[in-house]
Amino acid sequence: MTELTHLTIEDALKGLKNKDFSAKELAEAHIEAMEGARDLNAFIVETPEIALKQAEESDKRYASGDEGLLDGIPFANKDLFCTEGTQTTAASKILEGFVPQYTSTVGQNLADAGAVMLGKANLDQFAMGSSNTTSAFGNVINPWKTSDGKDLVPGGSSGGSAAAVAARISMGATATDTGGSIRQPASFCGISGIKPTYGRCSRWGVVAFSSSLDHPGPLARTVKDNALMLQAMAGYDPKDSTSANKPVPDYAAAMTGDMKGMKIGIPKEYRLDGMPEEIGKLWDQGAQWLKEAGAEIVDISLPHTKYALPAYYIIAPAEASSNLARYDGVKYGHRSKDAETLADMYAKTRAEGFGDEVQRRIMIGAYVLSAGYYDAYYIKAQKIRRLILNDFEKAYETVDAILTPTAPSAAFPIGENEDDPIKMYLNDVFTVTANLAGVPGMSVPAGLDANGLPLGLQILGKAWDEETVFKVGGVIEEAAQFNAMPQKVMSKAA
Amino acid sequence: MSLDEQTVRKVARLANIEIADSDVDRIGTQLSGILQWVEQLGEVDTDNVEPLANVVNIDLHLREDEVTDGDCADKVLANAPEETQGFFVVPKVVEQEG
Repeated sequence: MTELTHLTIEDALKGLKNKDFSAKELAEAHIEAMEGARDLNAFIVETPEIALKQAEESDKRYASGDEGLLDGIPFANKDLFCTEGTQTTAASKILEGFVPQYTSTVGQNLADAGAVMLGKANLDQFAMGSSNTTSAFGNVINPWKTSDGKDLVPGGSSGGSAAAVAARISMGATATDTGGSIRQPASFCGISGIKPTYGRCSRWGVVAFSSSLDHPGPLARTVKDNALMLQAMAGYDPKDSTSANKPVPDYAAAMTGDMKGMKIGIPKEYRLDGMPEEIGKLWDQGAQWLKEAGAEIVDISLPHTKYALPAYYIIAPAEASSNLARYDGVKYGHRSKDAETLADMYAKTRAEGFGDEVQRRIMIGAYVLSAGYYDAYYIKAQKIRRLILNDFEKAYETVDAILTPTAPSAAFPIGENEDDPIKMYLNDVFTVTANLAGVPGMSVPAGLDANGLPLGLQILGKAWDEETVFKVGGVIEEAAQFNAMPQKVMSKAA
Repeated sequence: MSLDEQTVRKVARLANIEIADSDVDRIGTQLSGILQWVEQLGEVDTDNVEPLANVVNIDLHLREDEVTDGDCADKVLANAPEETQGFFVVPKVVEQEG
């Protein structure tokens, strides 16, 4: 039998139903893998006791035949999702020791479906980063290595989630995507992940970064596993005022492989100067696969693409400066010990508690929202956001989905791109447009670069049409036959 | 455009973040770099464009005006750095005379 930690969610569910193994055995195998891969630093807190208790309850449900959609499936929970009774930090010192008194809606939905929580996954601090190097709890290491054995970033901000899934520590993970934080780490770690339509997954109980751009979603090793995860996570939540009261379709059923009559757009603005040649080639190959499956490939234009990233770096910091105003040392989290006045306590607490990148973004936000600059920066960026949404709406008059690369590079060594914030921001150049427009986007591993590192292709869909994204993603996955494994996993198996 | 020292200090004050004197230059340079980079948005004509604050075009739903939560002071205070008798404790706000 295949090692339990190598199964897909789909196959694990079959095995559990057939009583080939128990949920407890499945949890134990993953706990062992988690303990054996601590060098990746993928978790801030491990919760094996919770996993075992949930697994035992899951086995009882299988015995009585009333199991849920993901019953017994071990997952990593990004440490941005509040968990009642378990520390939640957003990877920041300012929340160290914070023990939520409630559980996020998405986390509760997963628990209700029977999923088993292995621990709280590491991330970029407050989900601000593309390399998982801004965490106050240390860098996450990508299980993939270059041939000379250099440690690579797993991408970010959902770096711990992606590394855990790629390293066969967990079968799936929760994640969030504000500018690319699900899709870019998926691409860097050779797994799949989907950012659904804005409003599909509740943000309630998820530590807020940029409320109009934050999207909870899943990471898993296959497209079908993502469909199963999203099915359980999504749904209307009256506690989130932007949650959509729409039925959640059967995502796995949408993966028919039938591309006949479908039109796939290739946006010319995503072909960047200086992009590695192999990424362009892989993109062409992806279009060819879809064509062979029966789709029509259409050249399209999304003319405002180049302005998405600068607009994002006004809107996201502006919303962050407002959202993060709550961390003042009064109600929870860190409080400075050497402040005499209240004003002093606020300023010292925030200086001590927030990391450099978080402070930088709060200050940018404060600046662009300040008197005299609000119209020039913030309103201007919101107008650009409208133009980007218009670009997509116009494109979707003629195409059903759009194919692009996920990221402009493969995973890079830890420490690279640290000297200049803008260089790091450019990681999200292909993903950030979908956050501004709220449309769904998925990354699917499609090939390896010359150094043997994974590269993903991105499928963008119409608002509320994740079904088409899953369908196209499934075809890419089937054609790519991506079955390379990270060196970390191979060396363990050897 | 480069942020001068006075502006950097003002932004830090607005953000409620204490910055060391020795960091003012470094922060000013970094913030200026980002602000210069976003200024390329000026190339785009947005005169007749309506700003977009949020892609959700649903009306916010109304609910019955009734209490659905609360009466859990212990939970609210559970993570307080300092609390007493059901209150958060903060440093003295009003200065004593004399």
